[in-house]
Amino acid sequence: MQAFLDIFDIYLLEAVVNGILLGGVLALLALGLNLIFGVIDVTWICYAELVMIGMYGMYYMVQVFGLPYWVAAPFAILLVAALGAALHYIVIAPLLTAPPINQLLATGGVLFILQSFATVAFGIDFRNLGIRLPVLAIGEMHFSYSRLLAFIAALLGMLAVYFFMTRTYTGTAIRAISQDRQIMSLMGVDTKRIYLITSALGGALAGLAACLLVLQYDVHPFVGLSFGPITFLICVLGGLGNFVGGFIAAFVFAEIISLGGLFSDLEWGYVLAFAFFIVMMFIRPAGLLARRS
Amino acid sequence: MLELRSLDAGYGSFQALFGINLDVKAGEAVGVIGPNGAGKTTLMRVISGLIRPGKGTITMEGRDVVATPSHRIVDLGIAHVPENRRLFPRLTVDDNLKMGAYMPGARAKYAERLEFVFDLFPRMKERRSQMAGTMSGGEQQMCAIGRALMSDPKLLLLDEPSAGLAPVVVQQVFELVKRIRSGGLTVLIVEQNVQQVLKVVDRAYLLEAGTIRASGTSEEMMKTDTIKQAYLGV
Ligand SMILES: Nc1ncnc2c1ncn2[C@@H]1O[C@H](COP(=O)(O)OP(=O)(O)OP(=O)(O)O)[C@@H](O)[C@H]1O
Ligand SMILES: [Mg+2]
Repeated sequence: MQAFLDIFDIYLLEAVVNGILLGGVLALLALGLNLIFGVIDVTWICYAELVMIGMYGMYYMVQVFGLPYWVAAPFAILLVAALGAALHYIVIAPLLTAPPINQLLATGGVLFILQSFATVAFGIDFRNLGIRLPVLAIGEMHFSYSRLLAFIAALLGMLAVYFFMTRTYTGTAIRAISQDRQIMSLMGVDTKRIYLITSALGGALAGLAACLLVLQYDVHPFVGLSFGPITFLICVLGGLGNFVGGFIAAFVFAEIISLGGLFSDLEWGYVLAFAFFIVMMFIRPAGLLARRS
Repeated sequence: MLELRSLDAGYGSFQALFGINLDVKAGEAVGVIGPNGAGKTTLMRVISGLIRPGKGTITMEGRDVVATPSHRIVDLGIAHVPENRRLFPRLTVDDNLKMGAYMPGARAKYAERLEFVFDLFPRMKERRSQMAGTMSGGEQQMCAIGRALMSDPKLLLLDEPSAGLAPVVVQQVFELVKRIRSGGLTVLIVEQNVQQVLKVVDRAYLLEAGTIRASGTSEEMMKTDTIKQAYLGV
């Protein structure tokens, strides 16, 4: 009996730690989506597909053109940042005053366009970087370096966003614009420019997530479906547009997925997470930390 | 300094201002009075570029305000304290003031301007890390004026700074307008509080139904019969 408990504890601890590691990347994904929603008040349904394009960017740069991972990553981030800005300029800006449903449909359309584009351009094969990072063994527990790296990089990315938002004039303007869009010109702020910068920043976060996810998962045209829905659930649970709520919700979900996977397959972890979400929506419809009314 | 010539403005098909002519000279304090819905706020908005005029011209120190993009008008030296203060409620006092110094020219002078504002409103220094939306009405008004002053303006537009404040605080706001003036700043102020405002301004305009009905020095305005009856209650 005692032996059984010892083993169980180790697996439990390993699952908890893996949950935390997963939470970091999910929090990064949620931050990008929340940023766009909180500031521009639109939802990028195609957010995870931007990540998918970034993963393909990494694949081509590393596998096809032979660039080192560290060199390719900044380019992938820039690529998806440019994509985010383009998405805003081409699709969102003309629809800023349109009803929300039209904005949802438009970004939903972009989701299908990006998926189809990837299918045609890259094929439906599963691809990866061919990089296998070693596994860290602590006692009986095993953690992959790719997850550790992803966690640390995600935290650093979020920290950078935090300092940008609180320390710079542009970051302060991004926070201000979501509170009173009309008077921004009195401060000398060009709202169009701030929206474009915010979109590029949201894209850059998706790009960073792409660099980290491509170390752990194969890329294919529909890979966005594996983490797009969970990102939306996290944002809704945390309260759409609430950065702190999203951060907490990401770790809550990650732990449910990771611990749920302990008792059976990882897929069951996801099922549990979705069930938890539905229950929570009855208890706290406005999210964990209810946002401003 | 500021010149408005036969200015028309409105919202969509609704016209709120008709052929306004108005001058503010450097160093002056000028008041705009008039009943609710007269177009006073619209007048302030059109000067600061929040809405663009239908017809007419606005010049600030000889420069064309109408041709300037709205987010560049603050660079001409015009700062607008809007009606109802319009602070960013979930930003700290510090961040609100920082937004006032957003333009590159103002950023360079940030530290100096902040000291100036804290000198004028020591209360703001105590409250600097408080969320603006949680402050009292009077404190919020100070913060709103402070934010406008952060851009180092030449002309300050004040839209009903005394609205919604207790009588003692109203008194303080008018004292403040005097102090700001004595620092050499030019002021254009909209007020419902006619008796008080006529004591601090040099000249005033009476705006009714979108047109200027009367104008003159404060003494002249105080003696005008229509103003006496309708606004001073004597
Ligand atoms: N955003 C708007 N859209 C449409 N009409 C407006 C808008 N703002 C003001 N108006 C109209 O323009 C006219 C002038 O309004 P304005 O706010 O300039 O009046 P005011 O003199 O400032 O009044 P108050 O003393 O009540 O503040 C009013 O008839 C008002 O209904
Ligand atoms: Mg008004």
